[in-house]
Amino acid sequence: MSTPDTSPTTTLAETDRTSRDGWAGANGARPAVLELHEVTKTYGTQPPVPALRGVSLTVCQGELVAIVGPSGSGKTTLLHIIGTLDLPTTGTVRIDGIDIAGLDDRELAALRARSIGFVFQQFFLAEHQTVLDNVADGLLYAGVDVRERRELAAQALDAVGLADRQHARPTTISGGQRQRIAIARALVGAPAIVLADEPTGNLDSVTGVQILELLQELNKRGATIIVITHDTDIASRMRRQVHTRDGLIVSDTASPPEPASASSTTEDLP
Amino acid sequence: MNTTAQLIPARLRSGDMARVASVGLRTRRLRAALSALGIAIGVAAIVAVLGLSSSSQAGLLAEINQLGTNLLTVTNGQTFTGQAASLPLTAPAMIARITPVTKVADTGEVSTANVYRSSLIPSINTNALDVQAASLNLLPAVGTTIDQGSYLNAATATEPAVVLGAAAAQRLGIDRVYRGERVWLGGMWFYVTGILKPALLAPEIDDSALIGYPAARKYLDYSSTAANGTTTNGPPTTIYIRAQNNQVNAVDNVLANTADPESPTDVNVSQPSAALTARADAQGAFNGLFLGLGTVALLVGAVGVANIMIISVLERRSEIGLRRALGATRGQIRAQFLSEAILLALLGGAVGVVVGAIATTVYAHTKHWAVVIPTEAWAGGIASAILIGATAGLLPAIRAARLSPTDALITV
Repeated sequence: MSTPDTSPTTTLAETDRTSRDGWAGANGARPAVLELHEVTKTYGTQPPVPALRGVSLTVCQGELVAIVGPSGSGKTTLLHIIGTLDLPTTGTVRIDGIDIAGLDDRELAALRARSIGFVFQQFFLAEHQTVLDNVADGLLYAGVDVRERRELAAQALDAVGLADRQHARPTTISGGQRQRIAIARALVGAPAIVLADEPTGNLDSVTGVQILELLQELNKRGATIIVITHDTDIASRMRRQVHTRDGLIVSDTASPPEPASASSTTEDLP
Repeated sequence: MNTTAQLIPARLRSGDMARVASVGLRTRRLRAALSALGIAIGVAAIVAVLGLSSSSQAGLLAEINQLGTNLLTVTNGQTFTGQAASLPLTAPAMIARITPVTKVADTGEVSTANVYRSSLIPSINTNALDVQAASLNLLPAVGTTIDQGSYLNAATATEPAVVLGAAAAQRLGIDRVYRGERVWLGGMWFYVTGILKPALLAPEIDDSALIGYPAARKYLDYSSTAANGTTTNGPPTTIYIRAQNNQVNAVDNVLANTADPESPTDVNVSQPSAALTARADAQGAFNGLFLGLGTVALLVGAVGVANIMIISVLERRSEIGLRRALGATRGQIRAQFLSEAILLALLGGAVGVVVGAIATTVYAHTKHWAVVIPTEAWAGGIASAILIGATAGLLPAIRAARLSPTDALITV
C-alpha cells in the first residue's frame, strides 16, 4: 500500500481532551481514563470458569498501552470489560471517571458512544457504504447530525492518511487501508479510550507495522490507545506493556513509576 | 466530575433511523423483494376483490339509475279467501289521475294460452313463457326498447301479432324478425313483429310473448264483462307506473287505494328498482371466499417476512455487535430490525395496492364499469401490511436486541 505516512494536519485529538474535567489520577497530572480495581469475571455456574481473577489497572490520558498475553489469559474478557460490553463479576470499573456499576443498558450505550472507540481485528466495515460514511457511523449513536459527522469523518480520514479515498467502497481497497478506516471510525468522536483488539491480526507484517506506527502517531497527538494482542513483538513497540496470564496481570511496565526498560521478556510466550 | 445523569443515549434522528432501517433492504435487494412479494400478493388480492365488487356494484347501480328508480308496479294479489284477486278494469285510468304520475302502462296475463315455436311442439314444453296482453305504451314505462322489428300498434294490436321478450325470443329460437315469421300461440299462428331488449326493471316482460288486448279478447277469449253488461278487454294483472322522482313515496302510499278502492288489501305494490338496489348492496356478501384467500396469502407473506428477519438477525450478528460497540442501545437495535420488517411489509403492501388497483381498473374497463376502489380496501391493505410487518418483525427484533454485544462480536 505504501501510502505516505500520516501528515499531521488535523486537530483531531487535541481539541477536547484537555478541557475535560475528568477524574484526576493519583498523581494529579493526567486524569485516569480507565481504572480497574480488583476486577474478576467468572463465566458459567457449574463449574464456574474464572476468566479474570482480580485485575487492577489504571490507564491515564494520553497513554499507549499494550495488553498482551497468550490465548486463554483473559485478555479478550478484559477487552470486553474495559469496553463495557460485559460487566465484571466483582470489582469496580471506572471509564473516564464514571463507575459503570449500576449503569443500565442505555447508560452503558451512551458511555460507549461518547467515551470508547473500538478497532476490531475483522474491521467490521459496511460494504455498501462509502469510506466516509463508514467513518461517520462512528458518531451515529452520539447524537451528531449527519453533516457534522461527515466533516469530522473527513478530518479523521485525513489523520489516518486516507483523505483521498473518501468516496471509495471498502471492498475496493486493501486490508491495511481498511484497518485505517476502522481506526478513523474509532477516533472520529475523540473518545477517552481507543480499544484496539488485535488490530494487525488480519494483516501481513509490513502492513501491520504501518498500522502500529499510525497508532503511535495518533497517540503522540493525544489519543489514549489500548492495544490488546497476543503478539509480544507488537507489544514491544508500545511504551507500556501489561502482561496477562491465567486471568491475572503478571507484569506491568508502568505500574510502579519504575522506569523499567521496555525490552520484551520471553517469559510471556505460551 | 462526570455524573451518570449525563449518560443519556442520543436519539437517532429520523433520517438516520430511515437509513439504518433500510440497510437490510438496500444490501439484499433480491431477498427483500421476494419476501415482500408474499405480502404484495395478499394485499393485491384483497384490494382487487374489494375493488371489483365495488366497481360491479357501482356499475349495476348506475344501470339502475339510468333506467330510473321511479318505477312502481301494481299487481293483483290474493283475496281474503286466498283466491287470485283481479284488478278493476278502471285501475290504470284511475292511477293516471294521480298528479305526480307521468306514465301508466299495463299487462294482463292470459293464463289459458301458451306459446310454442310451432304446432308440433308437445304442449308440455312451455319454456316457462307467459302470454300477456300489453298496452301500447308499455315500453317507455318499463324502461326498455325494441331490439328488432316493431312494437304493437293500434292496428297490430287487434290482429294475431306478437312481440317477444328478450328471453322468450331466445328460448323459442328466434333471433331475427322477418316477414312471415310466426309462432304457435294459444292454438293458432301469431306473426312475430318484434323482439324486445332485456327489461332489467321488469324481468317478467322478458319471459313473455306480448299481444294486444283486443287480439287477446278476439282470439284467446281474454275478456271481462263491463258494468253495463257488454264484453270488453280483459283485466290488467300488472300496472307499471312512472312517477316524478321526488314523489315516488307519496304515490306509492296511495296506489293500492287508487287501484282498487273497494279492496285495497288485494293489491300488491312494489318498487322494482328498490329490490335491485338491495340486491346490488348484498352482492358484497359473496366475496368472503376470495377475501379469505387473500388473508391466507397475507399470513403466508407474514411468515416469509418473519423468516427472512430471523435469518437476517443471524447473519448480521457482527453488524449488531459493531452497532452496540458504537453505542447503540438495545432499544435502538430493536427499533432498527422492527422498522426494517415494517418497511419490508409496507413495500409489499404498497406494491400490492398498486397491482390490485390496476387489476380492478383493467377489469372494470372491459365491463364498462366506473372504477371504484373503496378507501377501506387500500387503507386496509396498507394498514394490514404495517401490522403484519410489526408482528412478524417483533420476535426477530427482540432476539437481535437481546443478543449480548460480546456474543455478537464473536466471529467464526
